[in-house]
Amino acid sequence: MRHHRVLRIVSKLLIPFIVLFALYVQFHGDFGPGGGFQAGVIFASAFILYGLIFGLENARKVAPPAVVTRLVAAGVLIFAGTGYAGLFGGGNFLDYGALRADPVAGQHLGIMVIEFGVGTTVAATMITIFFLFAGRER
Amino acid sequence: MLQAILDHFNYWIAIFLMMIGFYTVVARGNLVKKLVGLNIFQTSVFLLYISMGKVIGGTAPILDDRFQIYSNPIPHVLILTAIVVGVATTALGLGLIVRIRESYGTIEEDELDLADGET
Amino acid sequence: MIFTLIDIALLTFMGATAFAILRLRSLFAVVMLSGIYSLLAASMFVALDAVDVAFTEAAVGAGISTVLMIAVLALTGEREKTPAHTPLLPLLVVILTGAALVYGTFDMPAFGDANAPVHLHVAPRYLHDSFAEVGLPNVVTSVLASYRGYDTLGEVTVIFTAGVAVMLLLGGRKGDDAGIKQQPVDEDGDDRRADSKDLDGSGGAA
Repeated sequence: MRHHRVLRIVSKLLIPFIVLFALYVQFHGDFGPGGGFQAGVIFASAFILYGLIFGLENARKVAPPAVVTRLVAAGVLIFAGTGYAGLFGGGNFLDYGALRADPVAGQHLGIMVIEFGVGTTVAATMITIFFLFAGRER
Repeated sequence: MLQAILDHFNYWIAIFLMMIGFYTVVARGNLVKKLVGLNIFQTSVFLLYISMGKVIGGTAPILDDRFQIYSNPIPHVLILTAIVVGVATTALGLGLIVRIRESYGTIEEDELDLADGET
Repeated sequence: MIFTLIDIALLTFMGATAFAILRLRSLFAVVMLSGIYSLLAASMFVALDAVDVAFTEAAVGAGISTVLMIAVLALTGEREKTPAHTPLLPLLVVILTGAALVYGTFDMPAFGDANAPVHLHVAPRYLHDSFAEVGLPNVVTSVLASYRGYDTLGEVTVIFTAGVAVMLLLGGRKGDDAGIKQQPVDEDGDDRRADSKDLDGSGGAA
């Protein structure tokens, strides 16, 4: 794909907007359609597009596999950690109402954090899977 | 009569898609094709769930003062997570296919059976 | 009326696409059609008011799945062989199962009926109380993240596990199966391969 000038330029223009859209979907998911699952996939697709157009070697420099692999686990830990935070706040496991004095504000914070955890795991898993498949020699 | 058909049309198409997926999984020998069949099967179940959640005259379950009737949000939640889990398991299946191809040199079921019979 | 027409048209397209997927032998065409099939399914979900689901299906089914399948086709070849055995027994099983399922639909409530049992139980509570309890307009997010947070934690764990399993399957170097003792222990868990190729070599597939 290195020689396709149109593809290279168009994808260079598109990738920042894909990432921006992913972040919008991530943090606006409380009010409109969207959330961590969708945002994670869209975020990963930006990296996959980069990998397809500019080669896997360059994509590995942008998203080092060592970091991405750790992010896979980090998202689950963020989610479970929020659950335990509710436990220490005096509520039940995953009871976000206990995170703040005002239960509704606590719910809002808790949902924001766990959606971030979901997005991290989904995005990192998709990027890792793509790297593994695309990097496999025939 | 027409109303009776329209009342069940979504379910029947879901079943038709499910059977096409089922047939692809059972009767086709290529492992990638089987996985695509499994995806069709999976999407038909999604379609069945979402169809059951639909309320005629309702709108998407995003609360607003202008609307009173909403479709049922619970199937949406179940299927939303199922789709992402589905792609993760599809990736796992594809990973297995790549390893089978590397070990056996083929991904056709008949040839795999032959290769296993010889060793 | 317009809704019914859209509903029937999209479902017919989905059926036709699925049938084409079943018939075609070129796996590249099959994968492309499965992307189209996912996009049709996403449109269908929009028509059925499931906007979050449609969003996910469009991003996952038409996007990531297709890319992964093409990457696999580049590794395994894109031609399906004709199976040697006759398809009569599978056809019989499929027709019988389908007939049994269609028989089962006659007991189901009519499509879109607001008084169907599914709409009378838990859902009204979510629709009615979730704004006061959670404070989000999107009920799907409220239920997903708060009311059924435990469920979602499980789903995320499944994705994590699937990711780890793919890493285990494909993380090592090709041909390492024979001697596990030769497997290089890499403390980062990533695969630093000297000659990692990009997708340039995948021919017409990408």
